[in-house]
Amino acid sequence: MSELSTKEAKKALRLRNKQISKLYDGGVPSLRGTIIKIILLALVDAASLFVASLLFLKEQWLGVGLLLAVTLVINWLYLRRGGLPPKYLTPGVLFLLVFQVYIVFYSGFIAFTNYGSLHNGSMASAVDAIEQSAVVPVEGAPSYDVKFVKGADGKLEFLATDFESLKAYVGGTDYKDHPFHEVTAADGLTVDADGLATGLEGYTRLTDAEISAAAGTISNIKIPLGPDIRQDGFLKTPDGLTGEVNKLDAVYDAKSETFTRVSDGVVFKADQSQGFFVSPSGEKLEIGWQVMIGWDNFARIFGDKELRGPLLGILAWTFMFAIGTVLSTFVVGLALALLLNDERIRGKKIYRAIMILPYAFPAFLSAYVWKGMFNTESGFINTGILHLDQDHLIPWLTEVGPARWAVLLVNLWLGFPYMFLISTGALQSIPAELSESATLDGATAWQEFRLIKLPLLLVSLAPLLISSFAYNFNNFTLIYLLTGGGPGGDPTLRLDAGGTDILITFVYKIAFSGSVGADYGLASAFSILIFLIVGSISFLTFRRTRALEDMA
Amino acid sequence: MTELTSVLHTKKRRTFGAWFKQVGWKHVVAWAVAVYAIFPIIYIISTSLTNMGGIENGTLFGQIDFSNYVNLVSDPEHPYLLWAWNTIFIAAVTAVLSVMMSALAAYAFSRLRFKGRRMGLLSLILIQMFPSMLGLVAIFGILSALSDYLPGIGLGTQWGLILVYLGGSLGGGTYLMYGFFNTVPKEIDEAAKIDGATHTQVFFTIILRLVTPILAVMALLSFIGTASDYLLASIVFSKSEQFTLAVGLGTLIDDPHSKNWAMFSAGAVLAATPIVILFMTLQRYIVSGLVGGAVKG
Repeated sequence: MSELSTKEAKKALRLRNKQISKLYDGGVPSLRGTIIKIILLALVDAASLFVASLLFLKEQWLGVGLLLAVTLVINWLYLRRGGLPPKYLTPGVLFLLVFQVYIVFYSGFIAFTNYGSLHNGSMASAVDAIEQSAVVPVEGAPSYDVKFVKGADGKLEFLATDFESLKAYVGGTDYKDHPFHEVTAADGLTVDADGLATGLEGYTRLTDAEISAAAGTISNIKIPLGPDIRQDGFLKTPDGLTGEVNKLDAVYDAKSETFTRVSDGVVFKADQSQGFFVSPSGEKLEIGWQVMIGWDNFARIFGDKELRGPLLGILAWTFMFAIGTVLSTFVVGLALALLLNDERIRGKKIYRAIMILPYAFPAFLSAYVWKGMFNTESGFINTGILHLDQDHLIPWLTEVGPARWAVLLVNLWLGFPYMFLISTGALQSIPAELSESATLDGATAWQEFRLIKLPLLLVSLAPLLISSFAYNFNNFTLIYLLTGGGPGGDPTLRLDAGGTDILITFVYKIAFSGSVGADYGLASAFSILIFLIVGSISFLTFRRTRALEDMA
Repeated sequence: MTELTSVLHTKKRRTFGAWFKQVGWKHVVAWAVAVYAIFPIIYIISTSLTNMGGIENGTLFGQIDFSNYVNLVSDPEHPYLLWAWNTIFIAAVTAVLSVMMSALAAYAFSRLRFKGRRMGLLSLILIQMFPSMLGLVAIFGILSALSDYLPGIGLGTQWGLILVYLGGSLGGGTYLMYGFFNTVPKEIDEAAKIDGATHTQVFFTIILRLVTPILAVMALLSFIGTASDYLLASIVFSKSEQFTLAVGLGTLIDDPHSKNWAMFSAGAVLAATPIVILFMTLQRYIVSGLVGGAVKG
């Protein structure tokens, strides 16, 4: 019975939807519209082909395939007749999928990896980087004068002169094609007064401009001295003037996935659970690669003793900050709205215009401005308003207590105009009869407010208060630009929180604080946690306010 | 005679007292709040007009000197005009594109009926609950991967940042716009259709025209929001000539030379003035949008 009725209902719904679609479908498309459509599609196709060819050159087959498939689908969607909804939805949905949904899922993925400055890429790139960095000079080897030259094929080579024997050599990075070999005057070598090579027939010297353009990479160039770079060593020029003979210190064996340190013979084996090369004694090579580490990041957040202390402090302050902001701005904003909701007051418009100035002033600038005003020695608050003498200055941003009050005060300034505006709007939507009848029944002004206006206001404003809470829970701009999360919070210690750090500024510091290694995995785990906290609080309170609304 | 004046006098005083008790005190409170609201702005304007460090003077408008403004636009070390241009470009492109794409999607949700419409609306609400700044690491990772393959939209490019902003604003924008489109009666569409209009004509010439003020406000709010972002812009850009105002002005006051504080003030005044003026002129629409859209949502 019930099955039948839902079936019928579905059928009726389909019919109605069809009718609605019919309404918007059809009509004769104008010539201009068709031309614009075709031009836009052509632009999209051209852009997509261009990007596809770039990806093709980088041999990103999956990317090429996906891109072409999406482009084909887009063309089909817009060229066919009918099928209106996707025509309007596709642009937005594409962007949402790539730059929002994908970001959400990718954040979740990173939270389960050890991605960070020490685990920055694949194992292959880690092997490369270790080989590059683990280099030792060969003792007793001659040192060379180095000039940069280009051969007929335009590849960079070194023209090197042994300082001792004054023999000259030339060679490139690829031993097979450009072996490092001795050259003499018979080959067209020219030398200067000291006997150092200055040029060679068939080669051109690099100009100073070319050298300085390549300055960053020149010190990494390795010129092999023999067919096997591991055995024979290579020439390297750290300063761009003289060359020294170096050997690789870490030799990689791809079969066993091990590095052997030449100097002491210690073997480092790849450990896929940590993303590091580890020796039997537990020593790690500095550079690792990205691996999945399961719940480790979350386990650290909840279990790490070093982290627990600062974390609880941050969590408590984040809630204090968000709740304190919502309460203080709402109380002040509502009080003002009640105060000015009175026909007898003249100049209301001017008051209103001045009071919403903080809301109109860009928030990031406000944070900077207040930062200057709160400066202990020379800020306007200590010197211009409070007129404190030099011994009794309030250390506004340099001590935890005052800094927290300062943050709340600034956020009150930033936020009360918004609350004033929405409270005024909501107050004016309360029917006047309600207040009148309450007054007739002998209610005092306070009773009228508490028992009638406030409940009605809360019903309509609760969703906005929750969004305000969610917004301030992540109010990165205010905290980071005003106090930088400080005072305290030594940036050279990774997990040291400052006195006004909220979760999101702490996450930012873990990921991008600069002076210490970044831990993107841990930062992402924190992001997910923040999302869960804010999301569940919003969800629960929204449900409660829905219930409230039903009752009212 | 004296009696009369004294009567008049007391009467006047009593009315003042009564007036003060009923209305006057409200003026006092409102004045106090107005001073609290405006003094940081007065202060920053005053500081921008000093010619010393600025931060150490405790008086307002002790000097009127425009050298900070001159230095600000001519100092090659802090390319203020370039920062301003970067900010305007990124924020304007984001605002226009996000409003356009939100409007397209909102039209479909508001006017058309299709499979998955309710699911779509629900997922919009869900998606916009994840603020894009929480994805900071993922954004960094994606953009740095992109710079290997498509350097035009990778790390350190304006288009890369614009794409990220777009992704972050579309969910909420579409949902808000959906609410506004629903307030336009469907009968108007129907009448136009009967007159032979196509769906694109209904969209561009009827609905968009009717909600133009809302589109403008949404674009303005998106512009301000994007221009105020520090977090994502600071991740994406690393060179001074790429900075937006939010990041660039920060480097100006992080400088140890306190001379820059006055220059920063000039920069802040210049940057804020157009936004404040725009905001004040569109105030009426902004407020109705805030209350209307939000209360409904």
